[in-house]
Amino acid sequence: MSGTTSTALRIRRGITLPLLLLVVWEFSSRTGLVDPRFLPPLESVIATARRELFGNDLIFDLLSSLARNLCGFLLGAAVGIAFATVLALSPLAGRLVMPTFNGFKQISLLAWIPLISVWFGFGEQAKIVFVALACFIPVVLNTYDGMRDAPADLIEVGRALQFNARQRFWRIYLPSAMPAIATGIHLGLIYSWLATVGAEYFLAVGPGIGGLVIAGRERFDMAMVMVGVIILGLVGFSLNRLAATVENHLLRWRPPRAA
Amino acid sequence: MAVLTVTEVHAAGGAPRVWRKRTMRGLTALLLPAALLLLWWTASDRGWLAEQILPHPVYVFEALRDMLASGDLVYHVGVSLRRVLIGFAIGACLGLALGIAMGLSERVEDYVKPLFLAFAQIPTLGWIPLLMLLVGIGETLKIIVITKGALVPMTLNTFAGIRNVSPRYLEVADALRFTRWQRLRLVILPAAIPFVFTGIRYGLTHAWTSLVGVELLASSEGLGYLLVWGRQMFWLDTVIIAMLAIGVVGFIMDGGLNRTERLIQRWKRSEI
Repeated sequence: MSGTTSTALRIRRGITLPLLLLVVWEFSSRTGLVDPRFLPPLESVIATARRELFGNDLIFDLLSSLARNLCGFLLGAAVGIAFATVLALSPLAGRLVMPTFNGFKQISLLAWIPLISVWFGFGEQAKIVFVALACFIPVVLNTYDGMRDAPADLIEVGRALQFNARQRFWRIYLPSAMPAIATGIHLGLIYSWLATVGAEYFLAVGPGIGGLVIAGRERFDMAMVMVGVIILGLVGFSLNRLAATVENHLLRWRPPRAA
Repeated sequence: MAVLTVTEVHAAGGAPRVWRKRTMRGLTALLLPAALLLLWWTASDRGWLAEQILPHPVYVFEALRDMLASGDLVYHVGVSLRRVLIGFAIGACLGLALGIAMGLSERVEDYVKPLFLAFAQIPTLGWIPLLMLLVGIGETLKIIVITKGALVPMTLNTFAGIRNVSPRYLEVADALRFTRWQRLRLVILPAAIPFVFTGIRYGLTHAWTSLVGVELLASSEGLGYLLVWGRQMFWLDTVIIAMLAIGVVGFIMDGGLNRTERLIQRWKRSEI
């Protein structure tokens, strides 16, 4: 933000509150100020993390969640891009379908879970369908907007050069929609992780980090819940960073945005 | 502005044509829902769809009528709305205060932002089980979860709004020797208002989504509860009605804010 404050000072300030929080946590759990069932001491959280990691199958849970996330994400993104492309390139199809799509979009995502569980059960299939749905919506919206906003002069050039439909798609619409598609995919990745967590909460069958958290809650094992929640946050954070990096790399040809 | 004049000319010159075009668009938009409804109806009539997969539309209408007549639906919508409004009001006020504090003072930003971002990183859904252990499954849980949902976008947008105040305005304020309070009230806050509004919109949307999540996990009334209960009893008509109600309320809230936002933008434009 500014050069007046040195980086070292900013870091020092940044870690003050978290450190303070840890000290208060450690102090209050050691002195018995707070019931350890509500606030387990730090070392018991670490011990639980270690137990889950080496004794139980934390890695397997994590991989299951990630695999689910990835399957749903790929499915939702692929179908979403294809669907939005058709709608954007055919004005009639767009006018027919988009209003209905926008209506369905209003139903908040988690509200689909009961219906999905009726249609697809509680197993893997239902979870992947739900994750795919979560990813589908932002991908469609952004891809559609991106394709519709293809610059008119480029379209005119295409007409002058007598491009056929395929050339128009590959040379004009797709490249000019790329940034929007990337945004859609980025959002889709974030949403699909949220949906993975949601699916594992509500369709709690099979391995997964969400299942771990729910199990921890049922056993009143605060340490386990904390470990699970921290992992949820870390994975979300990493996915977000990954998407941002990939996005920047793929769009490096784009002239720098006017800030 | 240019776009506006063109539409005005169109509206003045060819009002019937514009009107007809709009009607055509509306009719086209309704075609697909009508077709889907017809398909649903036929499929249920012919027994292609099992009753446990999708109930007959007539049953859904009847259930809707019953729930409206008995006041059940209104009751559950009311419960959910109350929770969202309380949680949102708390979250928005806290977010506004935090965003302003972080935006105005670099020191506060340096101290608070890293911790805030770390907390914000964990999805609202992730907090629910943890909070359930801490505060139980009562009304407090719902309010806290919804507050968190509204707080994060509100804080971040307010913060961005204050940081994005054009330096030119600040220079004018300096030249006029505004006091700190005048600077805040006359320059910084008005300039940040569009951002704050974005924060309010996202905040309300997040609050509504969080409400559905928390009501699905732990509730004995409200729309989310209606979903869970309908699912357990295999009353899919109830499930569908609850979904529709969630969509309609979300739509109305978003639409209302959208309109207010445009009103405010118009004020801003006339000001400039």
